[in-house]
Amino acid sequence: MGLEESTFRDVVCTVCGCCCDHLEVTVKEDTVVKVKNACAMSTSKLLNYMNERIMKPMIRRRGRLSGCSYRDAVDAAAKILLKSRSPLLYGWSLTSCEAVEVGVELAEEVGGFIDNTTSTCHGPTILGVHEIGESSSTLGEVRHRADLIIYWGCNPIHAHPLHMSRYTLLSKGRFRKSRSERTLIVVDVRRTDTAKMADMFIQVEPNKDYELISALRAAVRGDEIEQDEVGGVPTDLIEEVAEMLISCDFGALFFGLGLTMSPGKSENVDAALSLVRDLNSKTKFVIIPMRGHFNVNGANNVMTWMTGYPYAIDFTRGFPYYNPGETSAVDLLARGECDSALIVASDPVSNFPYKATCNLTSIPLITIDPHITPTVLCSDVVFPSALVGIETSGTVYRMDGVPLVARKLVEPPRNIRSDIEILRDILRRYRNLKRLGR
Amino acid sequence: MSREIAILNGTVFDPTNRIFGERMDIFVKDGKIVGSASSKAQRIDASGKVVMPGGVDIHSHIAGSKVNSGRLLRPEDHRKDVEVKTPTTHSGVGYSIPSTYTTGYRYAKMGYTTVFEPATPPLKTRHTHEELDSTPIIDKGCFPLFGNNWFVMEYLRDGKVEECATYVAWMLKALKGYAIKIVDPGGVEVWGWGKFLRHLDEKVTHFNVTPREIIRGLCKVNRLLNLPHPIHVHTNNLGNPGNYTTTIETMDTVRDMANGSKPIVHITHVQFTGFSGSSWLNLGSGAPEIAEYVNKHGHVSVDLGQIIFGDTTTMTADGPFQYFLHMLTDNKWVNMDVEVETGSGIVPFQYKRSNYVNAIQWGIGLELALLIKDPWRVFMTTDHPNGGPFTYYPRVIAWLMSRKARERTLSKINRTARRRLTLPSIDREYTLEEIATITRAAPARSLGLKNKGHFGLGADADIAVYDINPSDMDVLRRKPAKLRRAFGQACYTIKNGAVVVRDGKILKSPFGRTFYVESQTKPEIESNLLRSIETRFRDYYTVGIENYQINESYLRYPAKVRCEAEI
Repeated sequence: MGLEESTFRDVVCTVCGCCCDHLEVTVKEDTVVKVKNACAMSTSKLLNYMNERIMKPMIRRRGRLSGCSYRDAVDAAAKILLKSRSPLLYGWSLTSCEAVEVGVELAEEVGGFIDNTTSTCHGPTILGVHEIGESSSTLGEVRHRADLIIYWGCNPIHAHPLHMSRYTLLSKGRFRKSRSERTLIVVDVRRTDTAKMADMFIQVEPNKDYELISALRAAVRGDEIEQDEVGGVPTDLIEEVAEMLISCDFGALFFGLGLTMSPGKSENVDAALSLVRDLNSKTKFVIIPMRGHFNVNGANNVMTWMTGYPYAIDFTRGFPYYNPGETSAVDLLARGECDSALIVASDPVSNFPYKATCNLTSIPLITIDPHITPTVLCSDVVFPSALVGIETSGTVYRMDGVPLVARKLVEPPRNIRSDIEILRDILRRYRNLKRLGR
Repeated sequence: MSREIAILNGTVFDPTNRIFGERMDIFVKDGKIVGSASSKAQRIDASGKVVMPGGVDIHSHIAGSKVNSGRLLRPEDHRKDVEVKTPTTHSGVGYSIPSTYTTGYRYAKMGYTTVFEPATPPLKTRHTHEELDSTPIIDKGCFPLFGNNWFVMEYLRDGKVEECATYVAWMLKALKGYAIKIVDPGGVEVWGWGKFLRHLDEKVTHFNVTPREIIRGLCKVNRLLNLPHPIHVHTNNLGNPGNYTTTIETMDTVRDMANGSKPIVHITHVQFTGFSGSSWLNLGSGAPEIAEYVNKHGHVSVDLGQIIFGDTTTMTADGPFQYFLHMLTDNKWVNMDVEVETGSGIVPFQYKRSNYVNAIQWGIGLELALLIKDPWRVFMTTDHPNGGPFTYYPRVIAWLMSRKARERTLSKINRTARRRLTLPSIDREYTLEEIATITRAAPARSLGLKNKGHFGLGADADIAVYDINPSDMDVLRRKPAKLRRAFGQACYTIKNGAVVVRDGKILKSPFGRTFYVESQTKPEIESNLLRSIETRFRDYYTVGIENYQINESYLRYPAKVRCEAEI
């Protein structure tokens, strides 16, 4: 990592849930100068990660954020947590599993809530899995075997740009060599760019996914559908699709927020999981959620092995308790139940509903983030952190649960620490203060 | 500062060193068993108590992607069983699939100090290691799955056993795995197409190789690599009536490769593959036949997979079986096929005393344990959590040690099953030394862990002290609840020379080591092989070979076991 140019191969990308691991990144003088094999989102991140960085810890004094020593920031953060009765620790999807592990330990120690961004994206997916289970596979299985691919309520061309070429439609597998051996069905409320590539595009009326999936389930089971159309889709077409689903050798259904965040939420996912389960009595079918952030799946996994639950965990009783809707971040904040918050690698101020954001910004707020975000600007204590997969290494989980190590490529700016280090220091300081009874 | 402990006046059971209930002292220094201790040693009075080496569990699903999927699937499993944070322990949850900390604590409380995760999909083994590293106190390791691996099937189809061995050696090193695990050989690959494979000689679609060839091939590989543990086999046809013949056939298929009296094949959770009969209606116990085979042939060892009546979560790499169980019960179902390598499935399940099939299953496990004469070749497991949670080991021990305990349960099970089982006519009651054998000495020997499962000088100081007075054995056999309590809550558990449990309470929770094997093949053979698989790797996998391998530094406390490969 000196002055000479060096190229890293097989670099794991840290943008979306695809976690592509075939990037080539050239580094010179501790700066990324060239990126190969990556999508536009990934290239942009790798070449511009130094924009809008926070360069030193900050504390709010007399209403203004001003620079301070790292030690003072750790001390201030620990004191906020010590004073508070029900702190919320939120974020976690854009950092490493190792950092999440320390985060869970901190949440337990302070007796607070810990939630990750799942609660605002694929939370309903997990609720569906609690009810139905899921018939799933790794992405390589789809690449090798799938002759029928469905994208439902998601637009991979823009949100997961290499998904199709690496894992599905355009990939070359052992048993499926080319595009012509696969059929693509896209279901969406509008003709997206992904839909333009489809062999069949089905335009569902907004908020009618549940009805359409249920009709498909009925058709797959051979039941007669009495209506002429369901969710804006003619019954003949539904029956045709059902026939395609049954007669494929290996089908794969990918779904996104179009299903999880439209009315019905977990019920939509419940129906989709049930459809795929039913199809397995006729052929082979798998379902895979299109997870957004590169390590949202890792955050779910770490929380699950440490506490039994994937998100929205309440430690206020001394043991893990889980009830999304009650213990999830937005709901806690909207009800004003938290008296402080620690945000790691996330920007809830930009994303949360107005009432939740109002409450979030009215309580003592600690943020750990590499970049300047609205959440950072509203915080009382700010820690700049190193970017996982660029300035520090860490384990991340792909959307199908394949764990990968995102490597360090360059040195972080001077005095900028990793999330793990910062969290450990806060935890240590918190324990010390508690022992001293302050 | 040296840490010394003197355990005085205990009744010691150390079958490896032929110590069968002798009153003696055990000394510990710096984590090892030593011959004497100084006067500064911490003294533990074990008079009127039993002292055994720490328990060794050869087969328990405690970590990895399918275990975690099971946790995610079942919040209802966690709500009924929670652990509150204490000054010495983390909080946790989980009845049949406990969270990682809780798993470590609960094993330690029962006097267990070493546990092996028996099925890790190679592509997701990094996940397994992350969880093992998060599990406190116990030493551990994991067995990567090879029975449906494309590379393995292709090498064996082409008769390239040495290349296959080189590949397996590289994989174990790259994944930090401990032994060769085979699950439903060929059957899981076929399940990739939603199809089933039924016979040992049926060809695997697209691969032109049979389960028999896979088992024999990997058995040869195991010998070429001199791995410490034999091939660990979950047979084909698991869960189907009449499958005991498949079990015997699987054992017999490698008989000609036997090498002295050392087992060369381990058949795991043999209860699940011990069904006789041709349908669920006339299902019976194949235990007598299997036991007869094991008694006559020294090349086989088995573990029980004993079932416990009640709720649990079944999870195996045997995807097709789990689908079958889902169809049978209509319970929720998780399937996870893993490219190139394996699959897995999860289904919650309730074993009922009143259910004919479940009652027969309960009987098969115990019959096997009681009919197999050599305790060195039958190990106690519940195939946690498949047969039941590991926390029920004390109950299994009580059934084995006390005829009365068995009779009590027998009186409550399905009547037809009771009539058809051999169990009621079996008088055998395990002795304490036999229990010490099947729960620690024998599994440690089978795993090739030279410093585990005994009290020889230099052995690891992993020790369990139980509140059992051997002179009261007759009384205890009549009061099995006392036996259960004693084995459920160790008076002391000592791990690596530190007292970690006293009177069933965790005092401290250091992290244990992770064992893995390195069988070094000749460097030129290995580099040739690597060149050949590198070219295929990106074609087969969706990750690169660089990102597939796990560095030793990734593990918290790695413990390498070296062996000499013959190639």
